[in-house]
Amino acid sequence: MQSTNAVNQANYLEYRGRFKGLFGWIFSTDHKRIGLLYLYSMAVMFSVGVLLGLAMKLELLAPGKTIMDAQDYNATFTVHGVIMIFMVVVPGLPAVFGNFLLPIMIGAKDVAFPKLNLLSWWFYVAGVFLVLAALLFGPGTPDTGWTFYAPYSFKTGTNMLPAIFGAFILGFSSILTGLNFLVTIHRMRCPGLKWSKLSLFVWTLYGTAWIQLLATPVVGITLVLVALERLFGVGIFDPALGGDPILYQHLFWIYSHPAVYIMILPAMGAISEIIPTFSQKHIFGYKAIIASTMAIAFVGYLVWGHHMFTAGMSGTAQYYFSLLTFLVAIPSAIKVFNWISTMYKGSINIQTPFYWAISFIFVFMIGGLSGLVLGALAANIYVHDTAFVVGHFHYIVFGGTGFAFFAAIHYWFPKIFGRMYDKAWANIGWIVFTIGFLTLYSPMFYLGMMGMPRRYYDYLEEFHGGNILSTFGSWILATGFIIIIVNLVRSARRGEKAEMNPWKGKTLEWTVPSPPPVENFDEIPEIAEDDGPYNY
Amino acid sequence: MYSSEITQASNFVKGVDLTFLVILGISFFFLISLTVLMIVFIYKYNRKRHPVAKQIEGSTKLEIIWTVIPLLLTLLMFYFGWAGYKPMTKVPDDAMEVTVYGRMWNFSFEYENGKRTDTLFLPKDKPVKLNLVAMDVLHSLYIPAFRVKQDMVPGKENNFMWFEPQKEGTYELFCAEYCGLQHSYMYSYVNVMEDTAFQSWIADTTQVLAENIDSPTATGKRIMQNIGCFACHSLDGSRLVGPSFKGIWGEEITVVTDGEERQVVVDEEYVRRSIYEPNADVVDGFNKGLMLSYEGQLSEEDVNNIIEYLKTVN
Ligand code: HEC
Ligand SMILES: [Cu+2]
Repeated sequence: MQSTNAVNQANYLEYRGRFKGLFGWIFSTDHKRIGLLYLYSMAVMFSVGVLLGLAMKLELLAPGKTIMDAQDYNATFTVHGVIMIFMVVVPGLPAVFGNFLLPIMIGAKDVAFPKLNLLSWWFYVAGVFLVLAALLFGPGTPDTGWTFYAPYSFKTGTNMLPAIFGAFILGFSSILTGLNFLVTIHRMRCPGLKWSKLSLFVWTLYGTAWIQLLATPVVGITLVLVALERLFGVGIFDPALGGDPILYQHLFWIYSHPAVYIMILPAMGAISEIIPTFSQKHIFGYKAIIASTMAIAFVGYLVWGHHMFTAGMSGTAQYYFSLLTFLVAIPSAIKVFNWISTMYKGSINIQTPFYWAISFIFVFMIGGLSGLVLGALAANIYVHDTAFVVGHFHYIVFGGTGFAFFAAIHYWFPKIFGRMYDKAWANIGWIVFTIGFLTLYSPMFYLGMMGMPRRYYDYLEEFHGGNILSTFGSWILATGFIIIIVNLVRSARRGEKAEMNPWKGKTLEWTVPSPPPVENFDEIPEIAEDDGPYNY
Repeated sequence: MYSSEITQASNFVKGVDLTFLVILGISFFFLISLTVLMIVFIYKYNRKRHPVAKQIEGSTKLEIIWTVIPLLLTLLMFYFGWAGYKPMTKVPDDAMEVTVYGRMWNFSFEYENGKRTDTLFLPKDKPVKLNLVAMDVLHSLYIPAFRVKQDMVPGKENNFMWFEPQKEGTYELFCAEYCGLQHSYMYSYVNVMEDTAFQSWIADTTQVLAENIDSPTATGKRIMQNIGCFACHSLDGSRLVGPSFKGIWGEEITVVTDGEERQVVVDEEYVRRSIYEPNADVVDGFNKGLMLSYEGQLSEEDVNNIIEYLKTVN
């Protein structure tokens, strides 16, 4: 494609705007550059989180002290959780791939509010620095776990307030991104791109944006209450002041449960793009997948109580939350059925992104099915607050969002960087990582069923075997992670030049050059009546 | 522990294990069959064997089938979970009551006749109601073999759990809700014995503590062990959350009182105050607010026993 437009002479990576070098990035309002800013900042935070996770696993290799004291261990799992949840998986795929791809996928030059978009990234960075400062300076690193449960969080260190304030700023970044995407999807679609022709990734961004907009403010409310309590001694959560610690748990999970769907919906969207492309076949049940996305986004608000079945809620509330938890499982099952059916009679081209996608389906099934155990009241009472829960949410959040993220980066890499990675090494990285993942987290289900509580610095001898295996898995996983990262970083600079459409995809991003020019399209595309994102 | 040998350790085991069986059975069936199906498709419709895809956009019939079947299955799972849980909320009227105190970082158990222990002793085949009292932060009482767990929420009234032990033996009892530094050491045991043995054990109120004790200093040590002082204080000079007890008797130490530093000698008066009003004089270099008052927990006599014991720690 020859560019006629003057700005579009250069691709977005080479383009020189008002500023040069680093400033050309951190002050750029180009949605593609902002997407990469998120990618790099999240990659750094993720690596820190992984190191902390490895340290915890090493500590648990044997009963008693292995490498650190109980206090350090407690601080480590707190920081690990805070980083991984608030700085990695909550921004997650929307911040990176949503920013990069959403405008291109709907035939637009940028998002609706490019400056607001840049501001969101700045909020993200500010939030990260605030939280990290709260963790590193002052009277000791918080040791409350990422859930900050009252009243322990009121008794320990004094650094909780800045940490939650940082989380709130991170939340603000998320709200603004959600708002931006909503307006973009409503107002900026190119001619002929009806709602029924939107790609599924865009649909999941849409569902996610609503959750970001409506659920995140609850964190803000909680912060205000915590601040009132800490500064003026208003008794809201701390029983010593006449407050109710259970109220804190409700407020916390009213946000943090929908946040799980913020993490997983876009992951499902990416998988819904990758499977049709590599099967060279129309997605099976386009409308059913959209309906299930919206159902998850809606019902996901109403199930937070399943984090609190042992906290002593009323019987009716227990039954209601359990029932709705089972109902929210169904749309996820529908998606799995549709993905697998998409492969039926396809012409499957097995490449790295496809490997990641099918392993995503596998680990996501395990995560989801173990969630059914936790949704059932009788079983939940037994394994709540044990290693089983840790296994479950790592399968969902790391197995789900993480595998989908790796699928997505291997899928869109040639588009983003205009170069192809070494496919052999990418496949080796995938298999090592997957084996490591399964070895690391599967023993946790077993340990939980044996009755080992979570957040345990030390454990009884009977839990030793499962913990050894798990620690061993963490080393395999880390090896796979290093292979993947080295391969991608190397290839971004030195890989072979990629074609415009290496995987023969049908969505709009494959119709622009790799890497895309600054304004994406020379001319805004028009979608014909019989055209569509999955019409092969 | 999830193993067959202790199945039926309590009246709830059956309902909980049945729920597990149903859900895990259905889950494994779906996990395996969907994975196999996926692998078959990937093999059969590989590009080499199947160069041109057949375009199929969907099937309303299939969508309905795979919405309705999971719906029915999940309702079934919900039912089992509900049925296994329901009895946990209804305490029989004749249940024996035990009050459980949870504090950072140990449990203590008080029986109807005032006897107090650090291990939970229970008669077999009799329903028990545990009244849960959290002294400081959230804890959660978890007895895996009995399949029961209930959070202990400070300030919460009517915080209880119940069950009926059905097999003699010793079972683990954990704190399952993260509660700070020594959370993973906050565990104890449940000792289930024949009713007759239990009755004679509980009737012996002269022997308030789990072991035979004669000298007053040993009583003090036993009291401290039961109530959990050693979670924060060591006997060997090493520094934990609080100062070590080694050789403190008669020492002159620096404390902070109302923000002012002053010197005091560790004597009976000082130790008594440290136990009943721990935050009045805070030992220099340690944090205020961690040790809570034992007013109402330890009688004058208990404290005297503790003092006798502290005199001997060198
Ligand atoms: C949650 C941890 C914790 C527990 C449990 C605890 N203490 Fe303490 N204790 C502390 C801390 C911290 C200090 C130092 C600060 C202060 O003086 O209040 C302290 C100080 C003391 C002192 C003064 C020591 C000195 O060197 O002057 C005595 C005596 C004492 N505790 C006795 C006890 C007894 C007896 C028990 C059990 C009935 C107990 N403590 C349980 C944390 C604890
Ligand atoms: Cu505890």
